[in-house]
Amino acid sequence: MFANFTEAMLELFVTSLWETIVMVGISGVVGALLGIPLGVFLRLTDHGGVLENGPVNKLVGWVVNAVRSTPFIILLVAIIPLTRFVTGSSIGTAAAVVPLTIAAAPFVARLVESALREVDHGLVEAAQAMGATTSQIVWKVLLPEALPGIVAGLTITFVSLTGYSAMAGAIGGGGLGDLGIRYGYQRFLPEIMLAVVLVLIFFVQAVQSLGDWAVRKLSHR
Amino acid sequence: MIHLRGITQTYQGSQGPVEALRGIDLQITPGEVFGIIGRSGAGKSSLVRVINLLNRPTRGEVIVNGRDLTKLNDSQLREARRDIGMVFQHFNLLSSRTVYDNVALPLELAGMDKAAIRERVSPLLELVGLAALADRYPAQISGGQKQRVGIARALASRPKVLLSDEATSALDPETTRSILDLLRQVNRELGLTVVLITHQMQVIKQVADRVAVIDAGQIVEQGRVLDVFTRPQQPITKSLIDEILPQELPASVLQHVHQLASQLRTTAPGHVGQLLRLSYSGDNAYQPVLSRMVREYGVDMSILHGQVDEIQDQTFGSLALYATGEPARLNGAVEHLRASGVEVQVVESGR
Repeated sequence: MFANFTEAMLELFVTSLWETIVMVGISGVVGALLGIPLGVFLRLTDHGGVLENGPVNKLVGWVVNAVRSTPFIILLVAIIPLTRFVTGSSIGTAAAVVPLTIAAAPFVARLVESALREVDHGLVEAAQAMGATTSQIVWKVLLPEALPGIVAGLTITFVSLTGYSAMAGAIGGGGLGDLGIRYGYQRFLPEIMLAVVLVLIFFVQAVQSLGDWAVRKLSHR
Repeated sequence: MIHLRGITQTYQGSQGPVEALRGIDLQITPGEVFGIIGRSGAGKSSLVRVINLLNRPTRGEVIVNGRDLTKLNDSQLREARRDIGMVFQHFNLLSSRTVYDNVALPLELAGMDKAAIRERVSPLLELVGLAALADRYPAQISGGQKQRVGIARALASRPKVLLSDEATSALDPETTRSILDLLRQVNRELGLTVVLITHQMQVIKQVADRVAVIDAGQIVEQGRVLDVFTRPQQPITKSLIDEILPQELPASVLQHVHQLASQLRTTAPGHVGQLLRLSYSGDNAYQPVLSRMVREYGVDMSILHGQVDEIQDQTFGSLALYATGEPARLNGAVEHLRASGVEVQVVESGR
């Protein structure tokens, strides 16, 4: 059964794992950089927020929901013009990062919004009573207090992105999921498929454990 | 110091507009501890939040340190709020910051540098007795300690006014006492004006100089604490005081009175009995009023019920007596008591 695990095959595994790490890592980080401010904005403009603004909140919320409800495989091809504009190509690992990022940002935004919602309004009130500005409330109160929840949300995001990245093969993004489909399914090599799944399981476990550890370190509740 | 004029607050409830505050006028003088008491839902939380404009009134003026806060722009208001410290029922400490960093927060917000912050925070932690716990997180300290952090934080920006929103309601009686002592201490040592709201008369009795009673969004009674305690006017005030100083005589005492009255008919015909309720306060608490009454008017008395208490070093008490004697002498005795500054209420003539 191990006859198929030639040196070339192992090399392919290493390359694919690296592609997965690149796709998930970059889209996760950039998605967080876009999603965290978006989540803060959603929270601040929501009912009871410091910058309460119903219509704006509803509009942004609607856009966020729209992106989140689009199946990833459709998003992947639907935004090809944007992908080509950003990366110069519509295929390859770099090209896959664009739709992954677009999918990650609203996901992060909703998770951040709910983490911020967990921060007791009394703390915001206390900061206001001290004469805090809105940006001070965000930087000194909301974000530090919600940090464990935000990190937990980012962990979920990275795990979900790992799943999404399997679909990146559709535009030649590579990665472990693509390897599994092409070799395991299309070339009838089930042991390759199994190996891919096992590697992914360990990958996700590692991400989750790292996230849990960080949350424990950050939480003082 | 603080002057509220015509404060009205209306908000939209599910069944039309609700008036939370209805035309409140209050004047709080510098350096006093002013208590606002009321049942839950009376509007006291809304009222205390009006003073630093966390709650913007629909109508009315909020004058603090000579400025009408409702007329300030956002940045002027933030500046003005630094002169008004606030402590909360649920402490509202940041769980992500240590005790030290929580106290430092208002100073960070004001843009003070690290060295200056340290100079300010360390003595405050000493003042509230938490210097040893500076590096703990709020989750690692007790409720009373958390409120001490809350007080230190409120004092950090050296405010002139301290607002206390049910600061002791989540604490046990002993911790409540120590927190109130601390509030009294900062009031005296720092000359701070303290406005505290509570639903517990005990709190008012222990620390307040003056008290206002709020009911259904209106101030129904206010005055010096001793006066309000000894001569409550409104039913709501009486019932609030009743919780710590029962105003009604227990049923067993009334039964005893009936017994004494019926005995009187057989043992001393021609004598009458009267149930008297005396209340007294201040200096006359120390006069031998009762023994003089017995000696000079030849009346007998049994003490049925009574209590003596103290509000800020002023003794006050109430007694229920059953006095018997010839009608004229009994009346004379009552007049004598009244002339001595004791308030006398004749509850029942027992014949």
